[in-house]
Amino acid sequence: MINASDYDFFVRFLKQKSGLQLSDDKHYLLESRLMPLLRKFDVPDFSKLAAMLRDGSSTIIAAAVVEAMTTNETLFFRDKAPFEDFTRTMLPALSAARPPGHRLRIWCAAASSGQEPYSLAILLLENPGLVGRREVEILGTDLSNDVLDRARAGRYNQFEVQRGMGVQMLMKYFTKVGDSWEVKEQVRKMVQFRKFNLLEPFSGMGTFDIVFCRNVLIYFDPPTKTDILARIARVLAPDGYLVLGAAETVIGVGEAFKPLPQHRCTYVPCAASMERRPSPFGIKV
Amino acid sequence: MKTCLVVDDSGVVRKIARRILERLGFLVEEAVNGQNALESCDRAMPDVILLDWEMPVVSGIEFLRLLRAREGGTVPKVIFCTSLNDMSHIAEALEAGADEYIMKPFDDEILHEKLEAVGLAEKDLL
Repeated sequence: MINASDYDFFVRFLKQKSGLQLSDDKHYLLESRLMPLLRKFDVPDFSKLAAMLRDGSSTIIAAAVVEAMTTNETLFFRDKAPFEDFTRTMLPALSAARPPGHRLRIWCAAASSGQEPYSLAILLLENPGLVGRREVEILGTDLSNDVLDRARAGRYNQFEVQRGMGVQMLMKYFTKVGDSWEVKEQVRKMVQFRKFNLLEPFSGMGTFDIVFCRNVLIYFDPPTKTDILARIARVLAPDGYLVLGAAETVIGVGEAFKPLPQHRCTYVPCAASMERRPSPFGIKV
Repeated sequence: MKTCLVVDDSGVVRKIARRILERLGFLVEEAVNGQNALESCDRAMPDVILLDWEMPVVSGIEFLRLLRAREGGTVPKVIFCTSLNDMSHIAEALEAGADEYIMKPFDDEILHEKLEAVGLAEKDLL
């Protein structure tokens, strides 16, 4: 058990290191996430772990604590709203606007270990009528080779596959391999992964219809954010969509995008028409 | 108030589940095996049942089949919560009428997600 003073310390430590804000009642979450680290680093208890963080004796352990507590970034269908927008708003509008046979291109610019692009691929399989026989390209990029290797493998532990995804979907699109759950080939083949740094020029990327760039801009300073958003706008179709994280906004960060009214997390290029209407059809999400 | 019946022969699991569920606003009942759970359901059907598989007297899967055959027994949402985590067990549970499936060990986020998936919890309550 984590005592009250250590809990307060962990809360302050995580706020300072990652911006993560834990409320007063997250003891169980903190314990369940940090318990594996006690075993991994052979630390006897939470008090000792807090002491090690206080005296700064191990930057590796400090980084591991932050990472363990911020792994929400790897949820399937994280935040749900962007995925509802994807099927209810973006795909119907883009399919209607593009000529038959025109390929739709989707870029997950901070794909991490692959849950986001695979979630999109699963939604396309769940809703085949949305794009008809149109080809859809999903590109996942990330800075880290390690996470891209995980993404390409498409293997997740049981904690990862249980958060954000229902059991029916798990059984339909995953296979159990040893202790892991592996994304089925029909999903994996829909996604391409590539190493890419958002600070590098976007030349050669082509034009995308939808860009997911969630929970990565928070790591950049305001001028860099403005620059990245401006460059995303240049590789996004004029009637395309940008999706940011739930805690992110374009307000005050350049003038390339504006929020799509009534759609949390979804943005459109400033020059784009506001004549975007949600689909009247009930679409499975 | 929403009600949840926690069926598990482990007192530790029942205690952890109760703590999370009460924080989410549930009134919690407990049962130590499937027989005990059936008696509880005969008194009052809960909104949701968190169900272990391997238990003495009447197992979780036996309980679920008996429950679903009872009058009113299709009403409660049933979330299996078990360390049996292979595909054949999950398929068997779904076939018997389970609504969701938690592979132990679980944490508050997973339980919350599954309750949300069966329509009995709202987002951002934890």
